[in-house]
Amino acid sequence: MANAHLPPAEPEPSLNRVDGRLKVTGAATYSAEYPFDNLAHAVLITSTIAKGRITNINAKPAEAAPGVLAVISHRNTPGVPAYPPLKQPAERAPIGTAFRVFYDELIYFSGQPVAVVVAQTLEQAQQAASLVEIDYQTETHQTDFVANRSKAAIAMNVQRNKTSPFQDYDRGDPDAMPSAEVKLEATYTIPTQHHQPLEPHAIIAVWEADDKLTVYDKNQGVKSAQGNLAQAFKLPRDNVKVNAQFIGGAFGSGIRVWPHTVAAVLAAKQVKRPVKLVLGRELMFTSVGYRPFTEQKLAIGATKTGILTAIMHEGIGQTSAYEEHLERTILATRAMYACLNVSTRYRLLNLDVNTPTWMRGPGDATGMFALESALDELAFALQLDPLELRLRNHADADPERNLPWSAKSLKECYRMGSEQFGWKNRKPEPQSMQTDGMLVGYGMASSLYGFHRHPSKAKAMMQADGSVVVQSATMDIGPGTGTAMTQIAARMLGVSPKKIRFDLGDSSLPDAPGQNGSATIPSVGSAVHDACKALKNKLLILGASMPGSILSSAWPDEIEIKNGRIYPNAESRSSVSYADILKYHKLPQVEMTEESKSGPERDQYSMYSFGCHFVEVHVSPVTGEVRVKRVVTCADVGKIINDKTARSQSIGGVVGGIGMALMEESVMDHRYGRYVTSDFASYHIPVHADIPQIEVFFVDQPDVHVNPIGAKGLGEIAIVGVAAAVANAVFHATGKRVRELPITVDKLV
Amino acid sequence: MKPFEYVRPSTLQEAIELVATNPKAQFIAGGTNLIDLMKHNIAAPGKLVDINHLPLKKIEKRDGFLRIGALVLNSEVASHKRVLASHPLLVQALNAGASGQLRNMATVGGNLLQRTRCPYFYDRAFPCNKRIPGSGCGALGGINRMHAIFGVPEKPDPRSCIAVHPSDLSVALSALEATVWVQGPHGERQIPMNDFHRLPNNRPEQDTTLANGELITAVEIPDAVFPKHVHYLKVRDRASYAFALVSVAAALDIDQNRIKTVRLAMGGVAHKPWRLFEAEKLLTGQTVSETIFRQAAEVAMQGARAFEHNAYKLKVAPNAIVQALKLAASLS
Repeated sequence: MANAHLPPAEPEPSLNRVDGRLKVTGAATYSAEYPFDNLAHAVLITSTIAKGRITNINAKPAEAAPGVLAVISHRNTPGVPAYPPLKQPAERAPIGTAFRVFYDELIYFSGQPVAVVVAQTLEQAQQAASLVEIDYQTETHQTDFVANRSKAAIAMNVQRNKTSPFQDYDRGDPDAMPSAEVKLEATYTIPTQHHQPLEPHAIIAVWEADDKLTVYDKNQGVKSAQGNLAQAFKLPRDNVKVNAQFIGGAFGSGIRVWPHTVAAVLAAKQVKRPVKLVLGRELMFTSVGYRPFTEQKLAIGATKTGILTAIMHEGIGQTSAYEEHLERTILATRAMYACLNVSTRYRLLNLDVNTPTWMRGPGDATGMFALESALDELAFALQLDPLELRLRNHADADPERNLPWSAKSLKECYRMGSEQFGWKNRKPEPQSMQTDGMLVGYGMASSLYGFHRHPSKAKAMMQADGSVVVQSATMDIGPGTGTAMTQIAARMLGVSPKKIRFDLGDSSLPDAPGQNGSATIPSVGSAVHDACKALKNKLLILGASMPGSILSSAWPDEIEIKNGRIYPNAESRSSVSYADILKYHKLPQVEMTEESKSGPERDQYSMYSFGCHFVEVHVSPVTGEVRVKRVVTCADVGKIINDKTARSQSIGGVVGGIGMALMEESVMDHRYGRYVTSDFASYHIPVHADIPQIEVFFVDQPDVHVNPIGAKGLGEIAIVGVAAAVANAVFHATGKRVRELPITVDKLV
Repeated sequence: MKPFEYVRPSTLQEAIELVATNPKAQFIAGGTNLIDLMKHNIAAPGKLVDINHLPLKKIEKRDGFLRIGALVLNSEVASHKRVLASHPLLVQALNAGASGQLRNMATVGGNLLQRTRCPYFYDRAFPCNKRIPGSGCGALGGINRMHAIFGVPEKPDPRSCIAVHPSDLSVALSALEATVWVQGPHGERQIPMNDFHRLPNNRPEQDTTLANGELITAVEIPDAVFPKHVHYLKVRDRASYAFALVSVAAALDIDQNRIKTVRLAMGGVAHKPWRLFEAEKLLTGQTVSETIFRQAAEVAMQGARAFEHNAYKLKVAPNAIVQALKLAASLS
């Protein structure tokens, strides 16, 4: 990619959210809100034991309850066609098997869906659900990570795949660690954490015909959900429609099609009516994945002057007994700093729990907590400023792939962040700063996230009245996708954003990836760019072919388009509008669909987003309470498309990071293999009073090598490193190094 | 939630009779806790007796007392200028609890009657002696980070319960020696706040000393001698909207740097608001100093016992007592 082609932002650099009014007035329709006359309501019944088998289900009292249409379990399920035939006696699924809904009597985790009750009203379904009696035969379960740690092993997925990035990795000299001048070793633990978006997961499943299914389902990828459901129910792909236009937050919880979605589809099939199923908050802990409990060991060797000479990073992540969930935990360590000798190990521990999934900054938020905490420990041991230590080890090229970075302004982020924060006022000694009886701590951490761009399509349509419709089956789980895409289209076509409509969240639209891995702007933004560019060129050709057209002799690079009017050059006072062109050619609309994807540049450059966070905490020496007082966050993510939504996304990432650092923890009672955190009173996420002023700064320079719009992803980098910055600030305030998140009162007093 | 009957009697007498004569009937006011319990099938009343329209909504100044009707909203008390002037500790405690939305629904009587937030109580897959007497205490050998350190059994028995009472208001009322006015099928009576909630004592299903059919009509708080020197300190896992790990209500009457009278109560440490009588005794007549506060805290902590996850409370609680006393005494 020679150049970034996105014209400068004008006239509105920060377009307000195009769907903002719909959302704040309640006019936006979320998955559970689609109206159907004959809608039936489903309530899931989930297992109360962690491992064993169902020995009896007495559904009779429930079936006799008022309004009940069906009680469906493995005994009477209409069945998922893609599941293999049952074996007698039932056998446990081998590792690598996605969970099968109502398949047999076996229990794999506490909270597993074992039956669904469908009734005329929600209240009737809830009451009937309480009447279903289920008997279990329990088997000994293992849910305790610490007690089972020694069973962790290389994932089978990795054993089979010699090119897996999770293979044991060693670069450089194995003797570098033992011979290092300064050595440091520490273990860091992340508890299980749940996404817990405010909107719970919900679905309405509608069988339009025996072979036609429509679902209004909260998910992060309508196309992948469509493919997944088509495969499961053996339907032609086009016979499955998935709609997820508005999403009330997800953070990764909607990347997969989860069992409750399949349960609702089965229920709708059974009762031959549209069926709605909304997860209660307690079911959100066992139904849609989570950030896995992860233990990491970091060993660092360095010179006395703070040059990293060796890093060993080992990570063990928790997964279910039936599936392997791998995440990037140890991968960032290979690319982050200029260290010649690096080894990583990654292991999985299968437990009797449901399968984890990606949660904002998956793996990297976990891994960078460990790496960036360890660097802070090293800085303290060397009596070196933590920022200076990072500058001394700045990687000018990717040390893992030996490639130049496509762009990297991390040093500029460090400079901006430290200046804005006032890092120079930090006294190096822990416990050396106080105000009003509170211990004051300054901490910082770096951040990085790999660049992801997936093949994406977009269709751009110019209408006869000069308005524009752009479509792509992309998603908006909150960042403001429609707004950013509208802005890209407006800039490319020279049309006011008010005249542009962007459609998303519908599987019948042109192919696009789900919203994850910070890939939407880089992927879909490029497709919108390309489609609008192609549309503009087509319209310019059509315009030039009009008799006596002012465009016929115009130089393409001199043409200016403003408010839908095309001027042959900047000085020209005569113009022709898009609407004029369509009118002359008697066209109701002109449309172009383009596919956009990466090319050979992926092998020429190493592509990442970079950033850093600076945090001030106050810690009460009396009670041990930690409050974050100030955050400055900086990111280098290439070109910023919409400053306002980007800023908002960064703030959200920091809020998530504060939650991760100080309060989020799903606690399990291992005697029962069951969570005791089952609501927002016991699983804490930050409230407004926990969130201070958060200042956001962007480098905002296009990365000319990554894609035509010069923009990289922001969603993940916003959270990666935040927890370490908070933990480092707590250490600076108190002199206590907490290596086990979250940092709560009991760990500080 | 199970189907239930809903009635709205027009008089106090009628309401009391409806509940007194039907073991499955229950009063409902703000419903901020009861509705949750019903959704989880922890409470399954056959009949809900809605008392929201009964005339128990006044805040009155009486001779020597402040009287707050049982149906006065938490937010009304918290924003009442005369209450703020005469009983600031109440306002501080109320504002430390729940969220603005909940305080707008929750009543004073209901606040006293809210049930524990112990997770074992809320999940029917776990044993819980408070929910099903004799089923065992899940928290005792389980996750007990939030649980009691006072009034707990020395030797666990099959009826043990180590849950804590979640109310902030009750802690302040306990410190202020409030009286709970109740009306029942056999007439009216007054219960001193410290006798209103009870320790589990093998009947953890019983949170209070209210008899069947008795309804709280008001709380009366003696005119305080301590409007100046009070503090409600709440230690919690986040800045707002979290139950207390430990809380302290401190009220002092100080004359020329000497403590004439003192009241201390703690929340988050027992099955009831925990009055610190011994510490009060020690402080009375003493000169204000951090040293004497520290001694009082040590006395207050005698008899505390920790479980696997709540030993930190043994450290946080005395610190919190000292801090609350210092802030109340404006001693920096």
